[in-house]
Amino acid sequence: MPWRKLNTVVASLIALVLSAPLMVVAGVSVNAKKSLTFPPQGFSLAWYAEVFTDPGWRGALIASLVVATLSAALAVVIAFPLAWFLWRWRAPWARAFEILGMTPFILPPVITALGFLSFWAAVGEYGSPWTVVVSHAVFFVTLPLVTLSLGFGAVDRAYVEAAATMGADDRTVLRTIVMPLVRPYVISGFAFAFVLSLNEYIVAYMVVGFTMETLPIKIFNALRYGYTPTMAAVTVLFVSLTALVFGLIAFFGDLPRLLGAWAKHD
Amino acid sequence: MIRRAPRTFAEHSPILFPALMLVVFFVIPFSLMIAVSVFRRVPGGFYEPDFVFSNYERFLTTFFGGVMSFSLGLAGLVAAVAVGIAFPFTYRLVRLPRPNQIRWLVFLLSILSLSEVIIGFAWSTLLSRTAGITNLFVALGLMAEPQSLSPSFGALLAGLVYQAFPYTVLVLYPALARFDPYLVEAARTLGASPLRAFFTVVVPALRNTIVATTIMVFVFALGSYLLPQLLGRPQHWTLSVLITDQAIYQSNMPFAAAMAVFLVLVSLALVGLALLAGRREEVA
Repeated sequence: MPWRKLNTVVASLIALVLSAPLMVVAGVSVNAKKSLTFPPQGFSLAWYAEVFTDPGWRGALIASLVVATLSAALAVVIAFPLAWFLWRWRAPWARAFEILGMTPFILPPVITALGFLSFWAAVGEYGSPWTVVVSHAVFFVTLPLVTLSLGFGAVDRAYVEAAATMGADDRTVLRTIVMPLVRPYVISGFAFAFVLSLNEYIVAYMVVGFTMETLPIKIFNALRYGYTPTMAAVTVLFVSLTALVFGLIAFFGDLPRLLGAWAKHD
Repeated sequence: MIRRAPRTFAEHSPILFPALMLVVFFVIPFSLMIAVSVFRRVPGGFYEPDFVFSNYERFLTTFFGGVMSFSLGLAGLVAAVAVGIAFPFTYRLVRLPRPNQIRWLVFLLSILSLSEVIIGFAWSTLLSRTAGITNLFVALGLMAEPQSLSPSFGALLAGLVYQAFPYTVLVLYPALARFDPYLVEAARTLGASPLRAFFTVVVPALRNTIVATTIMVFVFALGSYLLPQLLGRPQHWTLSVLITDQAIYQSNMPFAAAMAVFLVLVSLALVGLALLAGRREEVA
């Protein structure tokens, strides 16, 4: 069947174009000399070592991981009670907060960044390292909010009814029934927010750009002084970490369902 | 456990923390930005409370008009190209066996979450003279000597479509995954070729989804702020770049805020249209 062949060719072509920039970067990252050439001349992992030994790169890596972990955790802490409340009670007015939680993600990011910049400057905290954690948590609260809404929506209310009939109060129901059922959605919400915070540039730059360097800020600053293979090495590490996190989500959770397709058993 | 309206304070209490966080750290900063847009700039990089429209008056200059029309035109072009490629692609994607589908989704999500810094760096390397694609063309004998293809409008367009493609696929994914395959089978049974079935059954049936997705991708492309700087020339700067430039390097927060307010209004109007188009599909 020529159609099937054509489809395969087109799909392979798209996969090739999507991975081409990353393959070139991966090639550049193993250059023996300090130059960006492709195909690479010689082979060396020295640039990968430099990410961990050079204090500048290592500091940026640690800063990014700390910010991403804390802000993803805070995003989940904000999203969980809101999603639970919307599921537990009939309160149409509370949808307003859900919409608020979705808005920063839909608008161009520069707007949220500028809002935070004026806000932190007004309260006199502009440049404090913790402000980027709060900013990222609010910016990315959409992700755990969406995964948790899906998660609560998937809880069979019959279980809850049964527990309540036998005398369980809200707290017991939440701990013994709801929590184990929505745990995968909590984890995937955290993971989405973590990965996006790790890669976020503009909000971090406007909020703490002059006092601390996260990895994207560090890469951008380094770009101005010319390209080095270290940047390529950092990029490869970042892409691998990102792919690993999504791979784990897909392995432990139902990725098509998380992305809005009906699950097979529906 | 009856699902009724919450009554007591204790029943309301779980929403207090999220509500407080969203109001303090989103509603207030957002309102503050709107307020700053009518403040008066004082020399030295600061601003004082006032109520002037001079920041908005600058929209009437030809420079701003040029940046604005370039941004909108570019976003429109990116949206059209991305949807044009992503729609047939996603249509095939949802029909793949589940493991293949998941592999593609992980790949697309990984690219989607890549920092603009990284995408810009990767594309400028791919299009550079020393490490770029032209070396391959030279090796194949298509070109005399390697050359740099970036910065240029083509490089910028490629980078933006690259960034927008996974987003477009993921926006289209739910609608296409739920699309009834029997409609196409019926068309095929009646003798339509796959291409004919695609264009006369699938595309018209999902017309509103396509419109809504195009608008969402348009807004997404409007938000790109680093790729124009890394892959384009100064004349390719978009509104998002201009806002960052005014806020950080020119220290003109009031003007930056005024442009941001304008961008919000454009984006919200477009998202509203997209939701409307999406809803019509559900009714139909």
